[in-house]
Amino acid sequence: MGGLQKKKYERGSVTNYITRNKARKKLQLSLPDFRRLCILKGIYPHEPKHKKKVNKGSTAPRTFYLLKDIRFLLHEPIVGRFRDYKVFVRKLKRAYGKTEWSAVERLKENKPTYKLDHIIKERYPSFIDALRDIDDSLCMCFLFSTFARTGKCHVQTIQLCRRLTVEWMNYVVAARALRKVFISIKGIYYQAEVMGQLTTWLVPYQFSHDHPTDVDYRVMATFTELYTTLLGFINFRLYHSLNLLYPPKLDSKAESELKEDNEEDYAMDSECYLEKLSALSASLARVVSTAEEEEAELDQFPVDGEELENMEAKEKEQKQQEAQKKLFEGLKFFVNREVPRESLAFVIRCFGGEVSWDKSVCIGSTYEVSEETITHQIVDRPNVDKQYINRYYIQPQWVYDCINSKILLPVEDYFLGVTLPPHLSPFVEEKEGDYVPPEKVKIMALQRGEKPAHEQEDEEEEEEEDEEEDDDEEEEEEEEGDIDDGDDDLEAEEKKLKKMEEQRSQGKSLQVKVTPGKMKVENPVRLEEEEKAEDKRLAIMMMKKKEKYLYDKIMFGKKRKIREANKLAAKRKAHDDSEKAKKKKTRK
Amino acid sequence: MEGSSSNMRINEQKEEAKKEGMGKVREKTKKRSKEEEEEEVEEIFNLKNKPAHEGEDGDLSDSEDSVYSGLEDSGSDSDDDEEDEVMLDSEQTQQTPEGKKKEGGVTEEEEEKKEDEYAHDSSDEEDIRNTVGNIPMEWYKDFPHIGYDLDGKKILKPIRNKDELDEFLDKMENPDYWRTVHDKQTGSDIILSDEQVALVNRLQKGQFGDVNFNEYQPTVEFFSNEVMLHPVTNRPADKRSFIPSLIEKEKVSKLVHAIKMGWIKPRRVEDDTRGHFYDLWASEDSSILGRHKMHLPAPKIPLPGHHESYNPPPEYLFTEEEFALWEQQDPSDRKLPFVPKKFSSLRQVPAFPRFLHERFERCLDLYLCPRQRKMRVNVNPEDLIPKLPKPKDLQPFPTTQSLVYKGHSGLVRSISVSPSGQWLASGSDDGSVRFWEVCSSRCLKTVQVGGAVKSITWNPNPSVCLLAVAVDSVVLILSPSLADKQVVSSSERLLLGQQEAGATEEAGSVTWSDTEGEELNQGIRLKIQHPKAVHQVAWHAKGDYLASVMPDHSSHLQVFIHQVSKRRSQNPFRKNKGLVQCVSFHPVRPYFFVATQRSVRIYNLVKQEMTKKLQANSKWISSMAVHPGGDHVICGSYDCRLSWFDLDLSTKPYKMLRHHKKAVRGVAYHRTYPLFASASDDGSVIVCHGTVYNDLLQNPLIVPVKVLRGHVITHDLGVLDVTFHPTQPWVFSSGADATIRLFT
Repeated sequence: MGGLQKKKYERGSVTNYITRNKARKKLQLSLPDFRRLCILKGIYPHEPKHKKKVNKGSTAPRTFYLLKDIRFLLHEPIVGRFRDYKVFVRKLKRAYGKTEWSAVERLKENKPTYKLDHIIKERYPSFIDALRDIDDSLCMCFLFSTFARTGKCHVQTIQLCRRLTVEWMNYVVAARALRKVFISIKGIYYQAEVMGQLTTWLVPYQFSHDHPTDVDYRVMATFTELYTTLLGFINFRLYHSLNLLYPPKLDSKAESELKEDNEEDYAMDSECYLEKLSALSASLARVVSTAEEEEAELDQFPVDGEELENMEAKEKEQKQQEAQKKLFEGLKFFVNREVPRESLAFVIRCFGGEVSWDKSVCIGSTYEVSEETITHQIVDRPNVDKQYINRYYIQPQWVYDCINSKILLPVEDYFLGVTLPPHLSPFVEEKEGDYVPPEKVKIMALQRGEKPAHEQEDEEEEEEEDEEEDDDEEEEEEEEGDIDDGDDDLEAEEKKLKKMEEQRSQGKSLQVKVTPGKMKVENPVRLEEEEKAEDKRLAIMMMKKKEKYLYDKIMFGKKRKIREANKLAAKRKAHDDSEKAKKKKTRK
Repeated sequence: MEGSSSNMRINEQKEEAKKEGMGKVREKTKKRSKEEEEEEVEEIFNLKNKPAHEGEDGDLSDSEDSVYSGLEDSGSDSDDDEEDEVMLDSEQTQQTPEGKKKEGGVTEEEEEKKEDEYAHDSSDEEDIRNTVGNIPMEWYKDFPHIGYDLDGKKILKPIRNKDELDEFLDKMENPDYWRTVHDKQTGSDIILSDEQVALVNRLQKGQFGDVNFNEYQPTVEFFSNEVMLHPVTNRPADKRSFIPSLIEKEKVSKLVHAIKMGWIKPRRVEDDTRGHFYDLWASEDSSILGRHKMHLPAPKIPLPGHHESYNPPPEYLFTEEEFALWEQQDPSDRKLPFVPKKFSSLRQVPAFPRFLHERFERCLDLYLCPRQRKMRVNVNPEDLIPKLPKPKDLQPFPTTQSLVYKGHSGLVRSISVSPSGQWLASGSDDGSVRFWEVCSSRCLKTVQVGGAVKSITWNPNPSVCLLAVAVDSVVLILSPSLADKQVVSSSERLLLGQQEAGATEEAGSVTWSDTEGEELNQGIRLKIQHPKAVHQVAWHAKGDYLASVMPDHSSHLQVFIHQVSKRRSQNPFRKNKGLVQCVSFHPVRPYFFVATQRSVRIYNLVKQEMTKKLQANSKWISSMAVHPGGDHVICGSYDCRLSWFDLDLSTKPYKMLRHHKKAVRGVAYHRTYPLFASASDDGSVIVCHGTVYNDLLQNPLIVPVKVLRGHVITHDLGVLDVTFHPTQPWVFSSGADATIRLFT
C-alpha cells in the first residue's frame, strides 16, 4: 500500500503519442500551416501498436504523431515565419479595409518569406541521401514545368521547375547517365544511374492539363517548394562533380554555332538562353576545358575463386554499360515535327547520337533535313513525300527499344507504316516461372548475338516453346491429380464387378471367358514421386497452426503466380492462333 | 530675370500699340464713310501694298523700335487681324489706302491723333460700316440695300452687272480671279494680297498666323526651387510659411513612434537568394541527427510493367470479360488502376487523364501515411514443413484396402473385433447384428435384434465369448458361440452362475431378464432393460463389468455399470454434469473415463472420487479411446479435431490434430502396435503412428502415416466407426454406405 495512486493513461505508450489536433494546438498553427510544416519537415503520422490504449480507451479514428516529432517541430524557425505570415495577412486585410494604400504598399514590400536550405540539409545530411530520394521531386518538377501559366500556381514556380528540369536533363546528357526509357500510357518513364543511385522519373506527355477539382494544389505546391530547393542543390553538386559550370552555360563553340539571325523573333533575350539549353542540342561549358575525360579503369587485383568470377561478371557488366553509353555514337538523327522532340533529343543525346530538327520546331537545330550525312530520320506518320535514299525512315519506338535492349535492333520492323512490335517495359525482370512475352525472348536472343532466323522458323520455335510450356502445365496438373488416380482405377474395377454381379443376379448365363489380363506397368520413378508427395502431404498435416497459415499463404501466392502466367500464355496463344487463321484466310 | 522683364515690357508695348491702332481705326472709319464711294476702285488697287507693311509689322513686332517706326499704324492693324476672319481683313484693307494716299502729309496729323486715342478708349470696337451685325446676308437678298450705316442710312447694294458670261470671262482673263473674294456684308469683291493668301494657307494648315512666331520658345521657370533675389510676385508671404506645421509634426512623431516600437519596419532589402543554389553538402562531416537514424525513407513508386506500355503485347490487353470485371470492381480492389490500351503509333497516345490525381495521391501518401518498418518474411516454404520420420520407417501400418464386408442394408454404426481376432461383429441401422470371418469376409451369422444397433462390443476377456449390443433402451448380451467348446461353456457358465445372485439384487430402474424361444436360439442370452435409449456400451478389461451410456441432459441417470456375473446394476454418479457422450474403463487400473460434451472426467472407482478433468478444447466430443498403457487418451470431436492427452503431462491436450475436413466420428488405439486411427465424415480414415515412450521426459511421437479412403459418403455421413485388429496391424472401418472395410 501507499504511494501515489496510478492514474490511467498517464504512463506507457500513451506518453509517446499525440493526436494531430493536440499537436496543432501545441504548435499554435492552423491546419493548413501544420500540414505545410509536416510536408516540409517530412513528419508523418505513426500507427501505435495498441490504438485503444493510446487513444485513452476510445476507438474513434484519430491520427497520431510521435510526441518526439512534434517537440522537434517546436524548434523549427519556419514555424516563426508561418506566424509572421499570419500577422502579415491580418495587417494587410486591415490596411485594405481602411483603404490605407500606402500602408498596403509598405506591408507588401515587407512580405515575410522563408528559405528551406536548412531543412534540406537536415533531412538529407549527405548528398547520397538526397539523391536516393530524388524520384518524387523529379516527377513533380517535370509535372509542374508542363503547367500553363494560369492561376493554379505561381508563374515563378513554373519557371523555376522548368529551369531545374532542363538543368537536370542537361546533366544526364553530359554524364550519359540514362539507362532505361519506357513509353507508357501515362507518360515517359526514364531511369538514370546517377552516382550509383537508380533514379526513375515520369514525364507527362505535352498536353495541357484539365485541372481536376478534387486535387488540392496547395499541398502539391508545398511539395514543389521543397522539391525545387532540393533539386537545385542537387543540380549544383552534380554539375560541379562533372566540372560543368553552374548555372549551365553552353559551350562557346556550340553557342556560336547556335547563333541565329531570327533569335529575337523567337523569344525574349532572357528566355532565349533557357530555350537554347532546353533544346539539348549543344554541349555545356566546363570549368576546366579538357578533352573528354578518360574513364578510370578498374585496377586488376589478384583474386581467386568466387571473387574472380564476381570480378569478371562486374567487368563484363561495365563493358556492356560502356557500350550502351556509346550506342548511338556516329549516328545522325533528324526528328520530324510530329514526333515529341524533347524526349527524343534528350534520349539520343544521352547515348551519343547527333540530333536535329526543323528550324521552325524549336531553336537550336544544327542541320537541315537535306543534310546528306543523316542516317536515321524519325517519322511518325504513315508516309513521307520526299524520301532520301541514304537514310532510314523509322518510327520513334525504335530509338526507345534500342536503348532498352542495349543494342541496335534491326530497323525493318520499325519502318514507316509497319505495324510496330510491342513495346516492352524494361523494368520487368522475369524470374523463374514468370511469364516471358515471346518478344522479350526474341530480344534476348538478339542480345546474345544469335541471328534472327526467318520469321516462319521463329514461329515454329515459338510453337515448340508453347508446347513445352503446355507439357509443363500438364505435368503440374498431373501432380495435382495423381492422388485420385489410384482411386479411379479401383472405382473402375468395382464398377466392372458390379456389372457382373448384376448380370448374375438377373439370372443371365454368364459368358465364361478368360480374357488375357493386362500387365500393370508400374513406373518406379512415378511411384517414388507419388510416395514423396504423400509424405509431404502427411508432413503438412502435422504443421503447427501458425506455420500452416504462413505456408498456405506462400503456396497460395505461388499458385496464383503460376495461374496468372498460364493465363497470359493461353491468351497469347489464342491471339496468335486467331492471327494465323486470319493470315491464312487472306492468303487464300 | 532680365529676360523676363524685358519680355514683359514688350508685351506692354504691344498692348499700347494695339490701343493706338484701335483708335486710329475708329477715326479712319469716320473719314471713310464719306469718301467710300469715290475711292473704291483705287482701294482695290492699293491693297497690294498694304499687306507688305503687315508682313514687316510681324517682323518688327519683336523689336522695340519697330513699334514706333513710321509704319506703326498698319503694324498695329495686323496684330488685330491675326485673329480675325478674312472678311474683316478686307475691310481693313480698304482703309489703308487712304492712309497711304495721305501718307506724305498726314504723318504729322497722325502724331496728333496719338494723344487722341488715349482719350476715348474702346479697344474692342470693330470697324463697322454695316450695322446689321452678324446675320445671314441672304435676308437682304430681296432688298436694294444690304444694311445700314452708323447714321441709320441704308447702304445700297453695289451695282453688280456681271452675268455668267462676265463671270466666265473674268475667270478666264483675270489672273487675280482665284484670289478674289466676295464680301457679302459690303457686297464688294476683294483681291487678296500674297501675304494674305499665305496667311490663309498657314491657318488652313493649323499653323500660327505669324510666320515668325516661335512656338517652341524655351520656357522660363518663374516658380522654381531656386531662391531668387526678388520675389516673382508681389504678394506678401503667408504666416504659415514662417512657422513649422503642427499636422506634419504630429504625423512625423507618429511615424517615429511606430518605428521605435518596431511596428514599421524599414524596407526589406530585396534578397534574390531564392533560386540561388550553392554546395549545400560542402561539409559532409556535420553530425547526423539521432532522429535521422530512425528515419524511414518513403518507399519508391513501383516500376511499371508491360501492362502500362502504350503498345503492350496483346496478351496484356483486357478481354471483354476482364474489362467488365474491372469496371465492376471497387477502385480500391482493382489489381490495375488503369485499363491497358494499345496505340498503333506514338502520335496517337493521348494525355493520361488521371495523371494529376496519381501525383496528388502520391503526395498524400508521403505526408499522411504512417510508415512502419516491416520485416519481410523470406521463408522457403519447404523449411516450414516439419521434419518427421519417414512413414516407411514406421511400418507396419495398414496401407491398402484389402477386404470389403458387404451384407448390411443400413448404415453400420458400430463394429467390434473378437479378442481372438478371428471374428468381426457389426451392428447396423437395419436392425441386424452380423458376424463375419475376418479373413474370408464371409458373413457367418445374422442376428435380428429388432431395432437399430447403436453400439456393439466384444467382451475383451479371451476366455469368454460374449457380446454386448445396445438396441434402443435395451442392452443385449449375445453369445454367438463362435469359439471352441471350452470357451462357449465358460461363457455360458458366466451367464448362468449368477442367475440366483442376480435375482436378489435389483437396481431400481434396470431390469435383467433372460430370453426365451427364438431369441435364445439366435444366441441372445440376456436383456438388460434401461429406462432410456442406450447409446454406448463398454466392457471392462476383465470382462465382468459392463458400462452403458444413456445421454440425457436433465437426469443424473446417464451411466450404468452392470456386473454380468452377479446381474447387478448400479448408477455410479449421484450427479452428472453435462451430456455424457461415451465412457471407457482404464485397461489396467480401476479408473473410469467419462466424456461429456467439452471435457473428459476420470474417476477413481476404488476411492469413489474424480481424479482429473481433461479439457478437450473442442466444442463437442464424439468419441474417445484409451491407450492400452492407460496414460494417454485420444478424443475425437465433431469440430474436426482430434486431441491427444498425456495424462501425466497436463489436463490440456498435448496435441490437437486437425487432419480431417469434417466431423470425427470414431477413434481407436491399436492394442499392441503404436498406432491409432480416426474416422471422419469426410470418408477417410487416418492412421497415425503414436509412439509412447516409457521415459516420462520424452513426449509421445505422433506421425500421420496413412490416409485411407474407400468409403462412399452417403447422406453426408462417411465413416462411422473404426477399430483395430487385436494382433495384426489391420484396421476395420464401417461406413454409412453399409459396408465394412478392412485395410491391411
